[in-house]
Amino acid sequence: MALLEVKNLGITFGGLKAVDNFNLTLEKGALYGLIGPNGAGKTTVFNLLTGVYKPTTGTFLLDGKELKGKKPADINKAGIARTFQNIRLFKNLSVLENVKVGLHNGMKYSTVAGIFRLPSFFKTEKKMDEKALELLKVFELDESADTLASNLPYGKQRKLEIARAIATNPKLLLLDEPAAGMNPNETNELMETIRFVRDHFDLTVLVIEHDMSLVSGICEEITVLNFGTELAKGKTDEVLKNPEVVKAYLGQ
Amino acid sequence: MLKKLKFKKPDTKNSFVTYGLLLVTFAIVKILFEAGKLSYMIKDLLVPLCVYAILAVSLNLTVGILGELSLGQAGFMCVGAYSGALFSNLLEEAIPQVLIRFPLAMIVGGICAAIFGILIGIPVLRLRGDYLAIVTLAFGEIIKNIFASVYLGLDANGFHVSMKTASDLNMDLDGEMLINGALGLNGTPRDSNFTIAFIVLFITTIVAYNFVNSRTGRAVMSIRDNRIASESVGINVTKYKLITFALTAFFAGVAGSLYSHNFSTLQASKFDYNLSILVLVFVVLGGIGSIRGSIVASILLTLIPELLRGSIGKYRMLIYAVILIVMMIVNNGDYFINLKEKISVKFSSKFKKTKKEVV
Ligand SMILES: Nc1ncnc2c1ncn2[C@@H]1O[C@H](COP(=O)(O)OP(=O)(O)OP(=O)(O)O)[C@@H](O)[C@H]1O
Ligand SMILES: [Mg+2]
Repeated sequence: MALLEVKNLGITFGGLKAVDNFNLTLEKGALYGLIGPNGAGKTTVFNLLTGVYKPTTGTFLLDGKELKGKKPADINKAGIARTFQNIRLFKNLSVLENVKVGLHNGMKYSTVAGIFRLPSFFKTEKKMDEKALELLKVFELDESADTLASNLPYGKQRKLEIARAIATNPKLLLLDEPAAGMNPNETNELMETIRFVRDHFDLTVLVIEHDMSLVSGICEEITVLNFGTELAKGKTDEVLKNPEVVKAYLGQ
Repeated sequence: MLKKLKFKKPDTKNSFVTYGLLLVTFAIVKILFEAGKLSYMIKDLLVPLCVYAILAVSLNLTVGILGELSLGQAGFMCVGAYSGALFSNLLEEAIPQVLIRFPLAMIVGGICAAIFGILIGIPVLRLRGDYLAIVTLAFGEIIKNIFASVYLGLDANGFHVSMKTASDLNMDLDGEMLINGALGLNGTPRDSNFTIAFIVLFITTIVAYNFVNSRTGRAVMSIRDNRIASESVGINVTKYKLITFALTAFFAGVAGSLYSHNFSTLQASKFDYNLSILVLVFVVLGGIGSIRGSIVASILLTLIPELLRGSIGKYRMLIYAVILIVMMIVNNGDYFINLKEKISVKFSSKFKKTKKEVV
């Protein structure tokens, strides 16, 4: 059975069909790309898959379970985590704490145990610290664990968002332009990291990206969106040679 | 509305400094008190000072940690004051030991206030925007006016309630008046004293710090910093807003009960919106999100106008206004926040060095 099945998904904003008849099947472990010109509807697809927007048509299933209409928090609990195109970190919290918020549902103790500092507080907090640091290490952020998230340089903020998303222990990870604002070196490193976390944490990854070197470097297959509809779909190198796709990109 | 303000993050090291400062202050005041060095005016202020500090610390959880604006502290305090006072009044004979009855009365006041907090929070906290401020402001005024028009008496035949006049109660002559309309609470045992009030403030402070520095507190701060991201990592936003708001209401209720046991009679009109705004001023000027700041600001800003009363009477409010402005700049201005950070970094690095040398 496929991990993610998206059927005929669509949404209209006051007459504008931002996404129309979107279909996608992701097998477990896939590293799939979603590309398209500005305003094509890529981020809107992510917002639909994470419950930020409710679809006007269609539905989607994760592991055979229908998630359409569920709230964002419940969709995350079901196994979808994401990053944001316009970075959304918890600015007044430290790097470590940002990841620990991601661990919120995976490692629990009650509010009362927290207030009265019961043994479960110390035990769980210690485990959380260890797990969070382990995750930060993957992204080479462990040195900055105590830094305020807002004081990190841009590239590291993007990495921290990925670490926080993975902390929720998802099955499917949605990355919205993870390489935006990175130089070619950083982008290469990021590609390695994405591959590594996919294998290490048993993830399936759907990535939106404008940087074609990243797309052709790590995505096995891609879908091209244009004006909210699917323009092409298939093996990455073949799709990128498709004249329709080239035209859509050059035409912008 | 609150988004533009800077939030300070209380940490564990910080909390122990605050506990230390509180204990030292308590010891000094206690010594001066026993030595008879305190004026009547200051002595009368000791319990209210603790009450204001408790109100400010608890409001800071909603304003500074959750990032929602609430103007309901006076209303919750009113609920706590009345329910706690009634509890003590009715059980004065059944539980003669003050040290058992009074803490129970405060818990009763806290729980009643928390119930109101939850009832208000369930519909309002789902909404985005400053609805909470509007609704809590209205709640405070409504509660105050309702309590101010209730007459409640107790005699051999049981309770008598009226919303009109005291004579409508038709009580026996030996009946006891518990709530006397606009004249307020009547015959509350005067169980409050400075030591008990300080202990309650101390406990409130510990609970506030522990709450913030826990899994729940992190979830709450994540909502404040970025609600959409918070939801995206599986945080149940409404639940954590409600927990925080209920905790704020609980301690406001405790403070109310503490306050009502400081006077044998107390009018509901004391709990008007000016009080709620005053507490908000303490929180904002103490530095939003800083628990120690809330305590210091509530003490300074209550004491200063009183101390200025005698000597420089004419300029009292002028000086008070200048102090407010200076505190606003020092605690919320970029320059001073950076300066303080630099100083604390210097201090902590020195501290670490000496520690290493010792080891
Ligand atoms: N909440 C909304 N209300 C109205 N229109 C919206 C809303 N969200 C998105 N849109 C519109 O939907 C279209 C698709 O936007 P979307 O952000 O998905 O594009 P994108 O493919 O992610 O583009 P980019 O590469 O610039 O990030 C745009 O025309 C946008 O203006
Ligand atoms: Mg986008």
